[in-house]
Amino acid sequence: MPRDIQLLIGGEAGQGLVTIGQLLSKALVRAGYEVFVSQSYHSRIRGGHNTYAIRLGEGPFFAPRESIDILVALNAETVELHREQLTGWALLIADSAFDPDLPGTISVPFAELGPEPLWNTAALALLGNILGLSLEPLYQAVEAMLGKKHPEALAENREIMEKSRVWAEAHVPEHDFALAGGSPVADRLLLNGNEAIALGALAGGLKFCAFYPMTPATSIVLELIAHAETMGCVFEQAEDEIAAVNMAIGAAFAGAPSMVATSGGGFALMAEGVSLAAMTETPVLIVVAQRPGPATGMPTRTEQADLEFVLHAGHGEFPRAIFAPGSIEACYQLTQKALALAELSQSPVFLLTDQFLADSARPVAPFDPTAIVPVRAGAEPDTAVTPYQRYRFTDDGLSPRLLPGLSTHLVVADSDEHDEEGHISEDHGVRIGMVEKRLRKFALLQQEAIAPELNGEKGADLLLVCWGSGQGPVQEAVAVLRDAGRSVAMLHFSQVWPLVPAQFLDILQASGKVVCVEGNATGQFARLIQRETCFAMPSRIARYDGLPFTARYILARLEKLIAVEARP
Amino acid sequence: MTSIEDYGKYETAWCPGCGNFGILNALKHALVACELAPHQVLLVSGIGQAAKAPHYLKANVFNGLHGRSLPVAIGAKLANPELTVIAESGDGCMYGEGGNHFLAALRRNLNLTILAHDNRVYALTKGQASPTSEQGFVTKTQPHGAFAASFNPVAVAVTMGASFVARGYAGMPEHLAGLIAQAIKHRGTALVDILQPCVSFNKVNTFQWYKEHCYELADDYDPTDHAQALGTALEFGERIPLGVIYAMEKPLFEEQFAVLKNGPLARQEVSREGLRQVMQGYV
Repeated sequence: MPRDIQLLIGGEAGQGLVTIGQLLSKALVRAGYEVFVSQSYHSRIRGGHNTYAIRLGEGPFFAPRESIDILVALNAETVELHREQLTGWALLIADSAFDPDLPGTISVPFAELGPEPLWNTAALALLGNILGLSLEPLYQAVEAMLGKKHPEALAENREIMEKSRVWAEAHVPEHDFALAGGSPVADRLLLNGNEAIALGALAGGLKFCAFYPMTPATSIVLELIAHAETMGCVFEQAEDEIAAVNMAIGAAFAGAPSMVATSGGGFALMAEGVSLAAMTETPVLIVVAQRPGPATGMPTRTEQADLEFVLHAGHGEFPRAIFAPGSIEACYQLTQKALALAELSQSPVFLLTDQFLADSARPVAPFDPTAIVPVRAGAEPDTAVTPYQRYRFTDDGLSPRLLPGLSTHLVVADSDEHDEEGHISEDHGVRIGMVEKRLRKFALLQQEAIAPELNGEKGADLLLVCWGSGQGPVQEAVAVLRDAGRSVAMLHFSQVWPLVPAQFLDILQASGKVVCVEGNATGQFARLIQRETCFAMPSRIARYDGLPFTARYILARLEKLIAVEARP
Repeated sequence: MTSIEDYGKYETAWCPGCGNFGILNALKHALVACELAPHQVLLVSGIGQAAKAPHYLKANVFNGLHGRSLPVAIGAKLANPELTVIAESGDGCMYGEGGNHFLAALRRNLNLTILAHDNRVYALTKGQASPTSEQGFVTKTQPHGAFAASFNPVAVAVTMGASFVARGYAGMPEHLAGLIAQAIKHRGTALVDILQPCVSFNKVNTFQWYKEHCYELADDYDPTDHAQALGTALEFGERIPLGVIYAMEKPLFEEQFAVLKNGPLARQEVSREGLRQVMQGYV
C-alpha cells in the first residue's frame, strides 16, 4: 500500500470541488485510512482558483505536501497552475474538453457520463476506483449528505457513479495508487481546527457567543450555531465586533460562559473590550484566527503575525493568558482549558489560531463526553462574606464572583477604577490596592501555564522551536532529518503567554543549534522568548507569503541556513 | 414590599441643580412602583455624568465603557432573562458613541429599558456639542455653532418601529417616574428619552426653556397609531411633546431561544447526551 499520496482537486469556486473532497475524505476515514485535508481558496463566491488537498495513506499526516500524485483538474487553469508540482508518477484527471496532453493524463468524457451538476460525484467515483475503494462507502457518504435534503437526487447520483466506475475500469492506465489493507476504524471524527474549537467550547460549557462574521473565524461560529439548540446555547450576530465583545462580557457578567471569535481586523475593534474584561474582572474567551495583515491583508490565507498584537491589545496593565493549539486535538482541549481558565482567573483569555489550522482536517480518536468538566460560572452565594464586595481584596487577587440576580447580594462592576464594593473611586490608595490585586492573578496564570512539548532528546544538535500551527509541518521536517540520521528535536509551545522560563530555558541552552520557525516576517515569538529569558535565537525560518509551512519549505531553508553558517 | 429607602441614598458627583437628580429620583420611584427589589434589577451604563447614576442607588450595576451600555445590557439579558435590565446613559453615550448599538437594539426588541439622559451637551468633558445639540449651538469646540443637524432619537425610534418610545423631562419627576414605570413594564425594548437641563454647560436649553416648550400629550392620544406617532415624534422645536409617543406589542427577541424558557444560562447543565449526538455528526 502506498504510504503517502497527495491528491489535489482544483477548480473555480462553485464547481463543487469541496463536496468531492469532503465525501472522499469521509469515506477514507471510515475505511480506516489516514488523511490530512487542507484548503486554499480566494475571497470570492464564484470563480478564482480554489483547491482542496487530501494527503492520504498510512500516515498519520500532520501537514500538507507540496508535490502532487493525483491531480483532479476541474478546469484548464488548474493544470497550468499545478503542473510543476506533479510527481513523475502522477495521474491527472481532466475533462476531455480541455485535454492537457501531459503524461499520466486520464481524459474523462464527463459530458457522456451525465449532466454537469453531477460531474463532481462522477469524479468522486473515478477517484474511488483509482484508490481501490469500493463504491459502497462512497455512495454512503453521498447518501449521508443528500439523503435528508434531496432524496430525489440520490438515484441519478448513484447512476453516474456506477457509469464512471465502469468507464474507469476500462480506461484508467496502470498505476500504483490502489490502497490496500485498510481496516475500518469505528467512531473516528474527521475535524478541522475550527470544528474542534467549537466542539471544545461546547464541551467546556460555553453558553454564549456573539460575533461579527470574519474569515477565517466564521466557521467556528457556524459550527456552534448548528448545535445551539441541542446544546442549549445562545449565539448572536452582533452589529459589529465592538458590540460582540461587549455582549460577551455582559453575558459572562450575568453568568453565561462566553466567547467571541474573530480575526485580526475584528479583534482590532475588540481591543477596548479586552481592557474592559480585565478591569471588571469578567471572564471571556477571545478566539483570534489569524490571517495576513495589515488591514484587510489576505483574507483567506494564513499567517502567525498577530502574536504581539494579542499579547499587548488593551490599554492599561493586566494579566492574560494566550493559548496557541498546534493540532486538532489541542484545538479541542485548549478551548476547554481556556474557558475554564478565564472563569478561574476572572480575566480575558485568548486562543490564537490561523487559517491553516482552521481549514486543516484530520481524523482524531473520539473525545469522551463523560470525561469533561464544564466550567461553572460564579461562586455560590452562600459562600460570600456579608456585606458582599465584588472586588474584595484577597491574597491571590481573586474575589468571589457572584452573579447578579441569583441571590439578594448586589453585584457592582465598574470600568472606572473602583473600590472593593465596585463603586467609582479616585482614591490613590484604593488605586494601588486594585492594580496590585489584579496583577496578583498573574501568579495563577503562571502556575496553570502549559509547558512546551519537547519532541526528541534534550541536548540535540539541532532544536526547532515553533508555536501554534507550526507543530505539524515542523514535526514532519524533524522526522525527515531523523531518518537521515541527524540529531534533532522540536520544542512546540501551545501556550505562548505567560511564558515560564523554568519550563524550557534549560532545553534551549542544552541544544546545539536553535532555530525558530514561525509564520511571520519579524520573528515575534523569537523576540518574546528573548525578552523573557535573554536567550537569543538569531536563526529563524520565517514564512509570510500567506501559505502554510510544509516540511519541504522548512528543510530547504534549513539547508541554506546551515550552508551559510558553515562558510569560512 | 419594596420601599424607596431600599434603594438607598448616596453622595453624587453632580452639580447642584443638575437634571440628573430628578431622573434618579424618578427611577427609584418607578422601581418601587414596579415592586422590584434591588437584587432583581441590573443597571448597565456607559460613561458620562448620566452613566454615573447607577452608582447612586442600590441595584446590580455594570458601569461599562463609553457608548457600550446596550451591548452589555443585551448580553446580560440573554444570559439571565429573569433580570430587569435597564441601560442608562447620556445622549453622547447612547446616540453618539453607541449609535450603531442603539439602532441594532431597537431592531432586536429584547425586553429591556433604555433611559437616555438627554441634556444635549457633553458635560463630563466640559461642554462640547452632542448629537442632540441644536444646530448652531456654540461651544468651545464648535465656536461657529454646531453645523450638523440635530439627532431626533424619538423620531428615529418611531420610524424604526421600536415597540415603546417615550419622552420625559427631568423637571417633571412624577410624570417621568410614571413613564419609566410603564417602560419597565412594557414587554419589549422601551426607550425613554429624558430631556434634562445642564446647569453648567447648556445655557440654551434651561429649565425655563423646557418649561416654555414642553407640553404633555393629551389623555386621548393613541400611542398605537403609528402614523400619528410619526408626526408627534417629528414635532420638536417650538413645541415638544412629552409622554408615550408610540407603543406596540411586538415579538420578543429572546423568545427565539428555547433554552431561555428554562431561566438563567448560568444554572443550566451541559448535556452529555447532546454532546455525544453532536460528536456523532463528525464520524
